[in-house]
Amino acid sequence: MNSAANEVATTTWRANANRVRALVVKETRQLIRDPSSLALGIALPLVLILLFGYALSLDVKNVPLAIVLEDSSPQAAELVGSFQLSPYFQTSVLQSMAQAQQLMQDRQVAGVVRLRSDFTRTLLQGDGEIQVLVNGSDANRARIIQGYVQGAVGAWSARQQAEGQDAVPPPVVVQSRAWFNESSNSSYFLVPGLIVLVMTTVGALLTAMVMAREWERGTIEALFVTPVRSGEILLGKIIPYFGLGMIGLALCVLAAKFLFQVPLRGSLWLLIACSMIYVLVSVGTGLLISSATRNQLIASQIALISSFIPAIMLSGFLYDIRSMPTAVQVVTYLFPGRYYVTLLQTLFLNGDVWAVILPNAGVLLLMMCMVLIASIAVTRKRLE
Amino acid sequence: MEPLTLTLLRIWALTKKELLAVLKDKVARISLLVPPVLQAFIFGYAASYDLNHVAYAVLDQDRSASSQALLAKLDGSGVFMRVADLHSDSQLRRYIDTQRALVVIQINQDFEKRLLSGAAADIQVIADSRNSNTAAIASGYVNAIVDAFNRDWHALHGQSTPSHAPSFRVVTRAWYNPNLESRWTMIPSMIGMLTLLQTVLLTAMSVAREREQGTFDQLLVTPFRPVEIMIGKAMPSVFVGLVQATGILLVAQLWFHIPFVGSFFTLYAGLLMFILAAVGIGLLLSAVSQNMQQAMLLTFFLVLPFAMLSGMATPIADMPKAVQILTCINPLRYAIDFTQRVYLEGAGVGLLWYDLWPLLLIATITLSGAAWMFRHRLN
Repeated sequence: MNSAANEVATTTWRANANRVRALVVKETRQLIRDPSSLALGIALPLVLILLFGYALSLDVKNVPLAIVLEDSSPQAAELVGSFQLSPYFQTSVLQSMAQAQQLMQDRQVAGVVRLRSDFTRTLLQGDGEIQVLVNGSDANRARIIQGYVQGAVGAWSARQQAEGQDAVPPPVVVQSRAWFNESSNSSYFLVPGLIVLVMTTVGALLTAMVMAREWERGTIEALFVTPVRSGEILLGKIIPYFGLGMIGLALCVLAAKFLFQVPLRGSLWLLIACSMIYVLVSVGTGLLISSATRNQLIASQIALISSFIPAIMLSGFLYDIRSMPTAVQVVTYLFPGRYYVTLLQTLFLNGDVWAVILPNAGVLLLMMCMVLIASIAVTRKRLE
Repeated sequence: MEPLTLTLLRIWALTKKELLAVLKDKVARISLLVPPVLQAFIFGYAASYDLNHVAYAVLDQDRSASSQALLAKLDGSGVFMRVADLHSDSQLRRYIDTQRALVVIQINQDFEKRLLSGAAADIQVIADSRNSNTAAIASGYVNAIVDAFNRDWHALHGQSTPSHAPSFRVVTRAWYNPNLESRWTMIPSMIGMLTLLQTVLLTAMSVAREREQGTFDQLLVTPFRPVEIMIGKAMPSVFVGLVQATGILLVAQLWFHIPFVGSFFTLYAGLLMFILAAVGIGLLLSAVSQNMQQAMLLTFFLVLPFAMLSGMATPIADMPKAVQILTCINPLRYAIDFTQRVYLEGAGVGLLWYDLWPLLLIATITLSGAAWMFRHRLN
């Protein structure tokens, strides 16, 4: 009696597993046969890797700079030399300010440094003034250029001081250390963003679009009249996209190691585990959106707004969350990207810091459960 | 040869039909206007490289009047917020590891002694460089505050700088954006960026949807000529694109109060050319894709590199030469440059010609390419 019940249970379980397997095979074939989904799953990560590796650069260099030299003193000439020696600038020395302004207007130069004719005189009086003109239309670049100008002027000033006899050392000297990224390598900082972008695209965007299409065409209703249960259908949908996300992750990790030479200081297994959770959150979000909208155009719009844009803007990979207004900081807690970026940054650059990993992975796990349960519930409700 | 009025009448009828098809659904109306405006808000608030509150911790092993004076300068800066006074190296490590502090300042035991004896007194500034950009900015702030402290120290202790050492200040003026606010750069760029995505997507989908649903064949057996169908498909997207651009423009001016110094006429003329280029791209994509999903994926595939190589995320001038040449076919690159220059700099058509003719060229090529495809592939 007992064994018979067991047998029944085993066969039901087997039947379930068989059904899910059959569904996974069906969905995988569908995925592979549609060249455009494969393109998004594999070619897009590759394109992103190449773009991040070769095209994006946060290092401003060879800035075209005009120096208007109205003063002919040796000090001024030395200052000009300091700019010419700097690897950050491509300098051209001009005589008139009007000419320099014209160059600025035509975008031939990105900044102007002006040394007025009374520069040396006022300098000796202790009130020298170096005028710098930058183009604020690109505020970020302008600020970087401003910083470089200050650096070049500082180098000149240090040389001038060293030439004097009783040079006074500055009382307090700052020794800066940048932990985890000593040389401020910008690919260290781009790689987590790359992974988040790829995982979000494959997970949320692709899933939302593919499922919304099935809703539009009614093929999903056709599936539901078969003996397959709704949970099984969703599982059959989730597994192939999950696999595609993992392929994307593998591509990114390989690129991180061999192309960008970013160290992985934490354990690879933890990275994979955290990424699995994130992909499931993304795929679940995609399913939820598609079941709720059942329209390809709207599903793709909502997927863009609710997962893709926040993954770029509100995850802290490009724009640090700490520099956002408090209200926006609160909003970032609602999106999974924030937790995943923290995990990636810590695992790649810092190591297995459990105090960071446990809370962040915990929240992601919670989000995963909520999203998956919600997507099953919405799908069921839609069919009734 | 038919009279021109008949052609125009047919185009008008088709445009009206297409516009109705796009706008009849309430959800569709909302999804066309709300996302761009919402994104303008998000980007306006989130996209900032300016640090306002740096959480920092102190490991002060000296605990002298001088070290307190230095720290008071940091606390009084309005930028730095002290989150903890640490007692050990392991604690320091933990604060950085768990991101409770972005910067830790370590002051050695002999700080005051060295300072008073005239030797250089070192302080260690440790920054969490997982986000190297933020770390560099925060370190820069510390340096500036320490410089101020040094100047005060000199003044207070009568060690005036020797006469031959230069004493000067660097005065920076920024044209068009005096306070160098990232937002001023970001939001005008969003006009091009968001309009591109939506216009290309909408155009590509409108043809693909009819194909998927089989109604495109019906359209082909009507007396409409392929080029007329194409224009009818293009007009609603142009209209929607202009409305979206206006929405973002309103957010920029009414909400963020970014001063508009150019001429609206120039701006809209340029935007129209840009949107025509975008619609041309959308039509080309729709001609090569079999269904909505492919159209959507192709759009995404194209718009993402366009967005990344537009100069908005990182300046084009800093990209490798080969990539810089590649960006010449990117309409967004010209649109962003154009909107920034009209919006912030008030540039006239004469200065903007460098952005306008490539846009015109891209629009001509893509639209005539699409017309050719419509005639040859669809018949």
